[in-house]
Amino acid sequence: MKNIVQASEAVAIAVKLCSPGVIPIYPITPQTVIVERIADFVNDGELNAELIHTESEHSSISAALGAQAAGVRTFTATASQGLALMHEVLFIVSGMRMPVVMAVANRALSAPINIWNDHQDSVSERDSGWIQLYVESAQEALDTVIQGFRIGENKDVLLPAMVCLDGFTLSHVYEPVEIPSKKEVERFLPRFRPAYTLDPKKPVTMGAIGFPDTYMEFRSEVQKAMLRSSAIIKKTNSDFRKSFKRGYGNGLIEGYRISDADYAIMAMGTVCGTARVVVDELRKNGIKAGLIKVKAFRPFPSAEILAAAKGLKGIAVIDRNISLGYEGALCSELRSLFYSRKGPVIKGYIAGLGGRDITPAHLKKAIKNIGKKGTEWLF
Amino acid sequence: MKKKKKENVIRLTVGSVVDRPGSTVKNKTGGWRSFRPVFDSEKCRKCGMCWQFCPDNAIKKNKKGEFVVDYDYCKGCGICAKHCPFKAIKMVKEEK
Repeated sequence: MKNIVQASEAVAIAVKLCSPGVIPIYPITPQTVIVERIADFVNDGELNAELIHTESEHSSISAALGAQAAGVRTFTATASQGLALMHEVLFIVSGMRMPVVMAVANRALSAPINIWNDHQDSVSERDSGWIQLYVESAQEALDTVIQGFRIGENKDVLLPAMVCLDGFTLSHVYEPVEIPSKKEVERFLPRFRPAYTLDPKKPVTMGAIGFPDTYMEFRSEVQKAMLRSSAIIKKTNSDFRKSFKRGYGNGLIEGYRISDADYAIMAMGTVCGTARVVVDELRKNGIKAGLIKVKAFRPFPSAEILAAAKGLKGIAVIDRNISLGYEGALCSELRSLFYSRKGPVIKGYIAGLGGRDITPAHLKKAIKNIGKKGTEWLF
Repeated sequence: MKKKKKENVIRLTVGSVVDRPGSTVKNKTGGWRSFRPVFDSEKCRKCGMCWQFCPDNAIKKNKKGEFVVDYDYCKGCGICAKHCPFKAIKMVKEEK
């Protein structure tokens, strides 16, 4: 069934189809529509879930952690300052291996206060042990929420996942979206089977202290699970394609006209839509351009990017974030990946911060200036 | 020798869950103490406030109905002394 819906609504519909048992919520712009629609579903009896109105995002993610520990599928959503307030609990959720799925309607961080889109909020949580999947369309947002539960709940993964959708630029945009039936989703997404649950009949201790003689071992287990998740994300994407007749590249990255390209734009989120148009235009003018859309920022798709970048002369990396005092985060990852390898010239761009439009002219300039040194800001 | 090695192997449970209950009994925390509670039996009226407030369950009631400290687990926090309505508990510095 195809409907015209906002991406936020598409996320809410995906949540309804996945039937989580507990959904702690705290509204923040531009995520609010997601939780409002979920609240509607619960109110109208379309979704049988415990909706918890918490007093802050810190409490929302803590409640999600507790519910997930009790063995129930859990969802929440946030953005910007809300995600920043969740910071300390994010590490606890991943360390305790709780596969919570959270939608992040990407928004800039203060100061100056700004409610519009960039990726600074989720990129700043890069090291928190959450899988991060950036989406480009409302359809991809819906599909990735469903996939997020299946990836996170896989017994070889057991990690939380963020589904990152650009605030306003995507969250508030209406697009035609194919909505799968409940039966189809149930076939694709098996029942959540937790490794441990809080059960008075079978007592366990969760969140116990890890002394210096065990802490590193447990952290290395989280890292191993994160590395294993790459293959699970790819498999989930291909299984999804089989079931629903659509998919997104290999699940980790997606290339557009990349196989014979000389120059590529690399980016995450909605700007990839603009980049596709720019690639087509540049090709009409005889420049062999392409796009590498990075969907998974964590786990970082090293092997897949190396394969996609084969034969490229240059990559223009568009970062909707900045690691102040250095450069854009995606650009750093790419440079590190190519260190001591023969590879393309890598040029970093900071663009689209705090809701600034990234125009086709910006992206054409990004390709044109690939040979120039230093990180450039596209104002 | 072989047996000892086996004990040192860390069980890497998912999410560092402690799935064998009762492990805190083995972990004697009395060594953390720098002050020990000492009861004055003259002043004590056996009201049980100390027993109720002890966060470590380290105060026990013996057969005579007296409250005694289990020094294997008492961390010396002093909450019992603070709550005793009869000032029957004194915190005495541990001499080591």
